[in-house]
Amino acid sequence: MDDYRWRIPKSYKTGMRVDGLMFSSKEMLNEILEEQALEQVANVAFLPGIMGYSLAMPDIHWGYGFPIGGVAAMRISDGVVSPGGVGFDINCGVRLLRTNLLESEVRPRIKELVDALYKSVPSGLGSKGKIRLRHQEIDEVLVKGPRWAVEKGYGRPDDLETTEEGGEMAGADPACVSRKAKERGTPQLGTLGSGNHFLEVAVIDQIHDKTIAKGMGIDQIGQVILLVHCGSRGLGHQIAGDYIGQMVTAMKKYNLDLPDRQLACAPIGSREGQDYLAAMRCAANYAWANRQCIAHWVRESFCQVMGRREKDAGLELIYDVAHNIAKIEKHQVDGKQEKLCVHRKGATRAFPAGHPDIPRKYASIGQPVFIPGDMGRFSYILVGTEQAMKESFGSTCHGAGRVKSRAAAKRQLRGEEVLKDLESRGITIRADSLKNIAEEAPQAYKDVSTVVDVAHNAGISRIIARTRPIGVIKG
Amino acid sequence: MKRFQLIEHTADTGLVAYGSSLAEAFANAAYGLFSIITELNKVREVESRSVAVSAGDAESLLFEWLNHLIYIFDVEHLLLKRFDITEFTGHNLKATCRGETYNPSRHHLKLGVKSATYHMLKVDGEKNRVQVIFDV
Repeated sequence: MDDYRWRIPKSYKTGMRVDGLMFSSKEMLNEILEEQALEQVANVAFLPGIMGYSLAMPDIHWGYGFPIGGVAAMRISDGVVSPGGVGFDINCGVRLLRTNLLESEVRPRIKELVDALYKSVPSGLGSKGKIRLRHQEIDEVLVKGPRWAVEKGYGRPDDLETTEEGGEMAGADPACVSRKAKERGTPQLGTLGSGNHFLEVAVIDQIHDKTIAKGMGIDQIGQVILLVHCGSRGLGHQIAGDYIGQMVTAMKKYNLDLPDRQLACAPIGSREGQDYLAAMRCAANYAWANRQCIAHWVRESFCQVMGRREKDAGLELIYDVAHNIAKIEKHQVDGKQEKLCVHRKGATRAFPAGHPDIPRKYASIGQPVFIPGDMGRFSYILVGTEQAMKESFGSTCHGAGRVKSRAAAKRQLRGEEVLKDLESRGITIRADSLKNIAEEAPQAYKDVSTVVDVAHNAGISRIIARTRPIGVIKG
Repeated sequence: MKRFQLIEHTADTGLVAYGSSLAEAFANAAYGLFSIITELNKVREVESRSVAVSAGDAESLLFEWLNHLIYIFDVEHLLLKRFDITEFTGHNLKATCRGETYNPSRHHLKLGVKSATYHMLKVDGEKNRVQVIFDV
């Protein structure tokens, strides 16, 4: 359609209810075509009640059923909800804290800081959480999210205001969460997990819009910030698996026939649909509580190593965004306001200035969006735009996406060398194993800058600042 | 005979498992799953768990079976390596699973598996072959 918009017409596959729309550059399109991601965008267009387009964000890549980087909005009245359209790691997301300190102050102690963070935040496979929940206290976490954590002394009351949904999605019902999911979630609260999850000490490297950056507490180049990337752990994985299983069975009952079982879905108003949404909201609240607890230990470690009191160090929460979630939202479709269930799988909400659902303090600048890159290159801070509301149901990209499989990365790269290379560039890494470092090496990922450039140039979000890592803890 | 073969994809890992019966292919898929998680030659058969799962058809049964094992590992940190399937119909599976609790001094965990998926999931009852992709 233009340099950044590519349409997959309905005629591409019989059964598509709407066109597909991909935000991409010509160069990136070749990679997308090599994978089956385009097929998956087309398959999502089969889902009943889908409105507008089956959307692909610039970081689109092959997922299960739904592509990663996919957005699909279904009309409440006749549409479906699909757990695969949210993904297994429900409310995987990113939390960003600002500090008052500069790189010149933090760099001399970076090794100590990274070690302290590694010790205070349980991470990696087989790690054990530090939080002991009383019997059935998990239900409280599932309903209250980070408010539970703040009441227990993890973090500040202000944090809730700058968390998407206030960290507390309404309509969360623990009765819809299986015993198995709660068993998995109870010991894992306050753990980072493994895979691509991480903690990062980063530095503001470029500021593109001073006024908006200032509105978020980003004052100058060299300022240190802290990123937390993780999700709802085994609790979310179990909920997703439980409900995909249920919906595969329910699809026969509702006469739904789709090209891929992983697209399993149920009418939004059905018992299965409503129960899934109630359980998914529990997982979302749990994930926000998880990042809240982790952020608390990050603050403690930072103050301890830097020898600062918390109020001098800053450490305010800029924002916490979800990138695997489904939400009931109002959007304009063909000039009419519609209530929709917006699925974002590997996509970030990007609401503009003035939207009622964003924190008051950002009313004039728009919702902050964080797009993490790999551990050797840049990450980005953006804001939502009106264009996103018009074109992508208020959504933008979420990250870099892999270009090499884990096995290929391990075959081609040696952990020691990746580590040495990163150290020579001033980036301190701590991870469970050297193999994990090889798997998560920068070379295994796309350059996030190319992804963010497309999102910016297409107008579905706007770059405000760029950050670069100086210390990373990999789960 | 080869028990299973890994499938590699950019962001994910899966496997094809074989057997002289479909039940054996299901057991080998479970073995393959735990060999993705850890090095199984270091795991002893000292603990056992009885597992019973049921589902609407063979594909769903494979999904439920593997996800139940992932759940056991996540909650109990139990690494399983031997799967004796005692009952198997297209809808029901009963098994005794043996292995050892994760011990960081002796076991190395290679990769976390979040879930089995239905994506490209296949059960071939004629060739006694199953295929599954995991979200890792």
